[in-house]
Amino acid sequence: MKPVISVEGLRKSYGPLAVVKDLSLTINQGEIFAILGPNGAGKTTTVEILEGFRAADSGAISVLDTDPAIKGAAALAWRNRIGIVLQSTQDTAELTVREAISHFASYYSNPRGVEDVITLVGLQEKADDRARTLSGGQRRRLDVGLGIIGRPEVLFLDEPTTGFDPEARRAFWVLIKQLKSEGTTILLTTHYLDEAEALADRVAVMNHGEILEVSTPAHLGGRADARATISWREAGEIKSEESETPTEFVKSLSARLSGEIPELAIHRPTLEDIYLSMIGATHE
Amino acid sequence: MSNQLPGALSIGIKRGGLEIKQFLRQKESVVFTLLFPLILLAIFGSVFSETIAPNVTFSQYFVAGMIASALVNTGFQQIAIFIPIERDLGALKRLRGTPMPASSYFIGKAIVVTVSMVAQVVLLLAAGVAFFGVNLPTKLDKWLTFAALIFLGSLVSTILGVAFSSVPKNARGASAIVSPVVIILQFFSGVFFIFTDLPGWMQQVAAIFPLKWLTQGMRSVFLPENFATREIAGNWETGRTFAIIGIWLIVGTFLAIRTFKWDRD
Repeated sequence: MKPVISVEGLRKSYGPLAVVKDLSLTINQGEIFAILGPNGAGKTTTVEILEGFRAADSGAISVLDTDPAIKGAAALAWRNRIGIVLQSTQDTAELTVREAISHFASYYSNPRGVEDVITLVGLQEKADDRARTLSGGQRRRLDVGLGIIGRPEVLFLDEPTTGFDPEARRAFWVLIKQLKSEGTTILLTTHYLDEAEALADRVAVMNHGEILEVSTPAHLGGRADARATISWREAGEIKSEESETPTEFVKSLSARLSGEIPELAIHRPTLEDIYLSMIGATHE
Repeated sequence: MSNQLPGALSIGIKRGGLEIKQFLRQKESVVFTLLFPLILLAIFGSVFSETIAPNVTFSQYFVAGMIASALVNTGFQQIAIFIPIERDLGALKRLRGTPMPASSYFIGKAIVVTVSMVAQVVLLLAAGVAFFGVNLPTKLDKWLTFAALIFLGSLVSTILGVAFSSVPKNARGASAIVSPVVIILQFFSGVFFIFTDLPGWMQQVAAIFPLKWLTQGMRSVFLPENFATREIAGNWETGRTFAIIGIWLIVGTFLAIRTFKWDRD
């Protein structure tokens, strides 16, 4: 399948500081691709180059067969096919949800229905409220609504759920999965590893301007093959054991303790454990 | 399924409607914008009650300056202060990520400025006639000149405000940078004083900028024909006035397109 986004040898420096060093990646149609990395890793710069907000120093970049650095009428035609949800914006405060979405719809050649988008982002009850009266999570949903009104083929989501409560985050994930099921390609940057795990088909871990690894959340950093830690209570104390074959271990343990194992827990490294070890941070 | 993008003008007109709606919803700002010229007229009209020529009161002279000055406040000043605010809020970056043409954004600004100007002029003239004995022009050609000055003046003021909006780095600095520029220009251009009473160098500096010409053009509308002999050139220089406004319109558009900043850095 032809990649929707392809980057080859991307470099970007600010003065003497190399922010992105020889970065390459491809993202396929209909994929949710997450970029993870600490602050200053070069995520935002990379994404802003793909969004056409910044120029690369060198490298071959293609988003929907177009160089994002394109100018003029062709740039508008390209922007007609993409959607961008930036970090925390506070504009359109005096407009109602419906007014804002309906106005942004007028920029595009083939927008979604305004009411459809309001329903999709779950703001039906807030449709006639001014944007400034929305909660943080509702405001973010409006941002997403404005990003998808143009029926984008590629959607850029920058930290979409910052400040959400857990329930709002889960509801938001359902929305993103629905967009994916409609064939939208989504590039997500997030600080939440559970979010990457729940949504992303593949994740890239970035640090110091380079991609360390690209993999599925389940396989990142050899996670699928990593040893599991089994813990249980025996003779009044908590014991633990690492094993490559935890099922076998639990079976024999169960036989030895004749049945139910007290306080049994099997722990595999979480995406967060793997991520932190990859970027060289210590787990507190 | 259509792949034809909507036209820049049609989006611009929609943006104009949206900008007006947003403006009207900020009540304090509406009241201040509409009342400010009235308050100034009331102050100056009460302080200087003498006549400056036979049948020409200071209020009559001042109303011309006030309208020209309102063009600068409503266009240049408000736009050059408000765009950095929109930039800081991320509104411009969001727009840049859409297929909205930059020209539509400028057109929207010009529309809200023109509409606001018309509202201010109607109020100012009504108050001038009702309370300060201001005489309205009686000839059609004066009214046509007036309409052309309001329209072109709104455009030039807007586009220069857009061009100047890339000077302030952020919203906090914008007011501090823009307001002195406007106030100095108003003094130099004969808004608060009689232009011919100003020192020669001030007159020459003012002649570079459009405010002096807008003010002079407004005098040609509101003052009697024989007052023209008291202008520097001995006549109203109407052709020259429109030529200079036209040049600034072109220069301003060029600068606005070349220097416009969508993002903070």
